[in-house]
Amino acid sequence: MERIPILRMGQFLLVTIQVDMHDRLALQLQDDLTEKISEWSSRGVLIDISTLEIVDSFIGRMLANIAAMARVLDAETVVVGMQPAVAITLVELGMSLAGVRTALNVETGMELLYELRGDFHSEMGG
Amino acid sequence: MKSGKQETVPIATSSDVVMARQKVRQWATEMKFTLVDQTKLVTAASELARNALEHGKGGHMVIEQVENSVKNGLKLVFEDQGPGIPDIEAALRDGFTTGGGMGLGLGGSKRLVNDFHVESQPGKGTRVTVVRWK
Repeated sequence: MERIPILRMGQFLLVTIQVDMHDRLALQLQDDLTEKISEWSSRGVLIDISTLEIVDSFIGRMLANIAAMARVLDAETVVVGMQPAVAITLVELGMSLAGVRTALNVETGMELLYELRGDFHSEMGG
Repeated sequence: MKSGKQETVPIATSSDVVMARQKVRQWATEMKFTLVDQTKLVTAASELARNALEHGKGGHMVIEQVENSVKNGLKLVFEDQGPGIPDIEAALRDGFTTGGGMGLGLGGSKRLVNDFHVESQPGKGTRVTVVRWK
């Protein structure tokens, strides 16, 4: 079955969504991520959506669910790279993604993850 | 409102919802809508196509280029033969949901387009017509 790859980078998980996801694929990612957080005791998840051309209510809900589930498993989630047109549309649609942390790009997203874990100066993967 | 060329896209699976999005993107790009307008149209199409699939048990979308005396627009019609919507006004309110969703599909997509019209007959189906003008 088609899957979105999840990369492990030390204590964090990295996901880059590069396809126009159908709903089942989005749900699969949600399941896979929670499983990996638990399996690898990951402390953070970074989701790069810079190539996503839209975020509708379904994908928005998936992002919110991932953040909530990760939080319960003691991991932080940061969504990075949302295109401005996507942000405008998402808010007009009625979703503010409350509860989901965001950053402009992967670099600032990683910084935020380290900050949230309170070990900003530690080595990557430490 | 004058009609131009049109295309029909079936909506029977969740891959068809993706296809519907891509078709709308293609048409909106060809008509040179701004990126924000394209994004709004495609997002509205995604919500409405999913509604037709989840609540209407599938149907189809008709994409059509339209024009009035002053401007061009893209019209999308979503039709299903599902159970229909008993109370359209309630269904348009944010947070109203009969499925497992957020209840943003109908009311949310209304905010993303210029013209929005829902016709529904209980037991017969639902037709949602939207237009975004350039």
